[in-house]
Order: sequence, then C-alpha cells, then structure tokens
Amino acid sequence: MMMSVALPVVLPLLFGALSVMFWRSHFAQRSLGVLGTGAMLAVSVWLLADTWEHGHVVMEMGSWPAPFGIVLVSDMLAAIMVVLTGIIGFATALYSLSGIGKMSEKFGYYPLLHLLLAGVNGAFLTGDIFNLYVWFEVMLVASFALLILGGERAQMEGAIKYVTLNLLSSMIFLTAIGLTYGLTGTLNMADIADKLATVEDTGLITVIAMLYLVAFGVKAAAFPFFFWLPASYHTPKVAVSALFAGLLTKVGVYALFRVFTLIFNQDVDYTHEILLWVAAATMLTGVLGAAAHYEFRRILSFHIISQIGYMIMGLALFTPLALVGGVFYIMHHIIVKANLFLISGITFVMKGTHELKQMGGIYRTNPMLGVLFLIPALSLAGLPPLSGFFAKFIIIRAGIEAEAYWVVAVALVVGLLTLYSMIKIWAEVFWKAQPEGVETDDVTSGPMIWMWLPVIMLALMTVAIGLYGEPIYQMALMSAEQLLDPSQYIEAVLGESRP
Amino acid sequence: MNMHSLILRTAGHFLLPLLLLFSVFLLLRGHDEPGGGFIGGLVAAAAIVLYLFSMDIQSARKVLRVDPRDVLGVGMVLAVISAIPGVFRGEAFFTAQWWEFTAPLFGEMKLSTVLIFDIGVYLVVIGSVLTIMLNLAEAED
Repeated sequence: MMMSVALPVVLPLLFGALSVMFWRSHFAQRSLGVLGTGAMLAVSVWLLADTWEHGHVVMEMGSWPAPFGIVLVSDMLAAIMVVLTGIIGFATALYSLSGIGKMSEKFGYYPLLHLLLAGVNGAFLTGDIFNLYVWFEVMLVASFALLILGGERAQMEGAIKYVTLNLLSSMIFLTAIGLTYGLTGTLNMADIADKLATVEDTGLITVIAMLYLVAFGVKAAAFPFFFWLPASYHTPKVAVSALFAGLLTKVGVYALFRVFTLIFNQDVDYTHEILLWVAAATMLTGVLGAAAHYEFRRILSFHIISQIGYMIMGLALFTPLALVGGVFYIMHHIIVKANLFLISGITFVMKGTHELKQMGGIYRTNPMLGVLFLIPALSLAGLPPLSGFFAKFIIIRAGIEAEAYWVVAVALVVGLLTLYSMIKIWAEVFWKAQPEGVETDDVTSGPMIWMWLPVIMLALMTVAIGLYGEPIYQMALMSAEQLLDPSQYIEAVLGESRP
Repeated sequence: MNMHSLILRTAGHFLLPLLLLFSVFLLLRGHDEPGGGFIGGLVAAAAIVLYLFSMDIQSARKVLRVDPRDVLGVGMVLAVISAIPGVFRGEAFFTAQWWEFTAPLFGEMKLSTVLIFDIGVYLVVIGSVLTIMLNLAEAED
C-alpha cells in the first residue's frame, strides 16, 4: 500500500483543521502554516520519487475498488504538479509570516490557505471526474474567501466577477460530467477512457469534449474566457495573489492536459486544432493586454494569460516533444510567476503603491532586489540561460517539427512583447529616478526577512532549472510518454478488475 | 433580541434538553437508518438558537459553555483524524475500521471510525451554524 499518494491531500486538511482549532493563537496558526506546508512539500517529493520509480501510484480510497470507488492516481504529470504546489505553498506560508497581518489571520487566512492547497492537490491526484469537480469547488470556496480578505471595494468587485464566471464554468463542467455518465455509465476517468473507445456516437463525444474545453478554459483563463483574471488577481493581499497566480489557473491547464490526452484522443485533428487556435489567441490577447497597463500586478496578471497560451500550445500540437515542452513550461512558469508576484509585494512595502508611474529608483537603494527581479522577469521573457528559455525553446522546436509555422510565429512575437513588458517594469520601478512630487510612504513594519527568503529561494530554483535542466527534462519526458500512452494509466487504475 | 414571550421562554427551557437528546439520538441512529451527524448537528444548533431567541445572547453563550469556533475546530480535527486509523492496518485512507466488543447491560456493541467522522460532522455543523447565528445576533444588538 502506497501512502504517498494520499498524504498531499490529507496533510493540508489535517493542518487546516488544526489551525481552526487553535484560532485564538496567532503564533500557533503561523507555526502550523509553515509546518503544514513544509510537511506537504516533503511528502510531495516522496510521491515524486515513488512515481518516478513505479510509473503510476494508485490508492483506492476507503478500499472501495475502482471503478466504483474514488481512486487517487499519481502519474508523472500529477506528481510534478503536486511538488510545485508544495513549493509554492511553502513559499507563500513563509512570505505570510511578515506579509499578511493580524487582521487577515483573525478572519481565517491560514485555515483557508490549507484548504486551498488541499483542493489543488486533490484536483491533481484524483482519478475520478466527479471528484475532480468537487475539488474544483473546494478550491473555489477557499479562493473566494481568500480573495475578499480585507474587504475593500475593489476586492469585492473583482471577487464577484471571479465567482460568477467560475460558477458558470462549474455548471458547464457538471453538464459535461452528466453527459459523460449518460454515455459511458461511469465516472472513473480510466474507465471512461476505456469505454469511450467502444462508443459509436463520435459526434456526441466531440460535443462533450468541447464542453470540457469551455469549462476548463474558464478555469485556466484561456481565450476567450480570461477576463475574470485581470479583474481580480491584483486586488487581494500579495501573498494570496502569488498563490493564485502560481497555482489556480494551472489546475485548469492540468485538467485540460488530463482530459485531452486520456479521454478525448479519438478525433485529434478536430479537437486539438481548436486547442491550437485557442492557444494562439490566448498568447496574443494576454501579452497585448499587458502592454496597455501600468499597474504592477495587472501587468503580471495579463502575462499569466499569455503564458497559459504556451502551455495549451504544447498540448494542442500533441507530439511527444510538444507535451514535454508543455510540462516543462508549467514547471518553469509556476515558480517564476509566483516569484514575480512576491517581489511586487516587497516593492509595495518600499513604495506604498503598485502604480509604476509613482515608483522608481529601487535599483539605486536596493540593487539586490533589482537582480532578484531580473532573474524571473528575463526568464519569463525566455532569455538564456534561464528556465524560460528552455521551456520556450522546446515548444517552438516542437512547433517547427509539426510544421505549424504560424503558431510558432505568434509564440515568437509574444516572447518579444513579453520582454518589452518586463523591461517596462524594470525601467519604471527599478531604473528611473523616483518621480518628484510623489511621496513614498515607507510602510515597512516588522521584519522583512520572511518576505525575502521565499523570493531568493524561488529565484535560485529558476536559475537551477536553467543550468541543470537535464533531470527536469527527463521528468517532463517521462510524463509526456505516459500522457501519450493512456493504456498505462488505464492499466494502473483498473488493473486486473478489467473484464 | 429578547422577545419577552413567556410561552416561548418556558417552552425554550423545556425543549432545549429534549432537542439536544434528540440530536444525539439522530447522530447515533444515522449509521444504518435516516439520521447522522449533519442532521443531528442541525437539530442541536436549532435547540441553542431557540434558546437564544427566547432568552438573550449572554445566556445562550452561557448555556453553550464553549466558544462555537472551538466546537468547529475540534469537529474538523475529529473528521480528518477518522481517515487515518485504516492506514495503520495497511489499508487505504478512509477505510472504515470496526471494533466489536461485549459490554455489560448493552450486549454486543460495535464502534467504528465512521462514528468518529459523524461526531466530527456533528460538531462542525453545530460550530459553524452557531458562529454565524451568534455573530448575526450580536451585529443586530
């Protein structure tokens, strides 16, 4: 029996419950926050090692056999995502020590943080499509509450758009699940994939596939369902933004990867062609939106969207190399993007604003932070030798090999525009002199060390992925091989219980 | 929020213990028959809320003795912990574990992790409903 696959879900639930129990003590909640996320990171690494060794790690919850009970399944992609969740969760918990404030803690910041992480890990690990829906809802509830912590007007406005669109997506998701169940009579994803092969009504399968595309497209903020993201991600506390930016949309991307490799692989010419158009449009709109903005976190939010496009492009090309690129891109992106948001929190503490026009001169007073910003920023733009270069390189190479030249052209242009955006932030925030007549209210309070530590940690990871990319590439390669051969997954889940 | 109704107040005094007893009955009955932690918790919370309506917030808090948020926390921890014992027997998380034994007076008894989970749910429902109700009542004052 392999426990490692369940622990990344059970641990955050347990620590979340404990931090509700000790709601009176700020100290206990903070310690539980760091301990819980640290433990989660540890077990997720354990899970990755197990998965690396065995290929698939499966556990039938409550000992109910598949396909009747709910199974937790970890393949290489899921294990990688869980490790990334651990990293970002731990970084956020550290950052929160000096970045979140007593008021938010009083309103349940830490229990919600644990609940969100449990939801994210649950979504990555579940092998049951309805259970996936439940984890999405867990995430939605937790993220909604985190989004409005603080209760400012802008937050409410963003949160309402966020919740409305996500509820709509949940409804479409539920409809799709209902149709799937009507067609196959099962909810276990491996079983669905197995049964769909014998279904003759391929037209209906494509319809269901498109419903899933819309549902997960909203979650992933893909074109044309992205507008909730820039409306809401710049409003909450910085630690919360970073957590959302790193993880939430990627759950949608993960669900797309899972569903469009395991289940809907019959009519690739049609479904994945649509995905390719979505990818191109997502890349372009994201980066163009970013060009028009002058608020730190808004620019970053729009860049999340354009980056989502690259990941979907990896999925849409549907060649081994493209999937490697997609997975590599997700790994690089989560670390880099969360880090950029965390840095925006440090500059906010220094200058008291997120508006680029009112900031400046940080490189003069704090060159170290300038360097720390440049690492993820240039990585995001895809400059060698940082992680983003290799991620983009693999995807573009895959695009050329698949002879999808137009989408390669789009990807290259978007890369260039990303560089422009990052240089804009660099020039405005770090390089130019502090504009005259604008007061800088230094809101430094308490030790800043906990804000710096995760930023340095994540920046080092970005450099490490760039310099020693080989093991990361091997992991991405293994997950791509598994994704392209769904029979392994089906075999691992259903095993001998298959007729 | 005192309604100054003699009938309500007298009835509240009598109903509170009865309803609480009934909620425990529902909780224990729930394994094989209709009932369970959720509905039991709702009945118990309704009992306290009825008391709150007939008396006032202070006496409601007093009759509860503990802060509802503590009830909520303990319940959540119990519910999560009930998933764990199966692991020590080499089975999957959430696998129900049963202990059978013979007790004097009652005869053969069965205890299980399912019951722990249900008690957890019971406490979570009481805790969350009362947290909301007491806060609303205080906001109105």
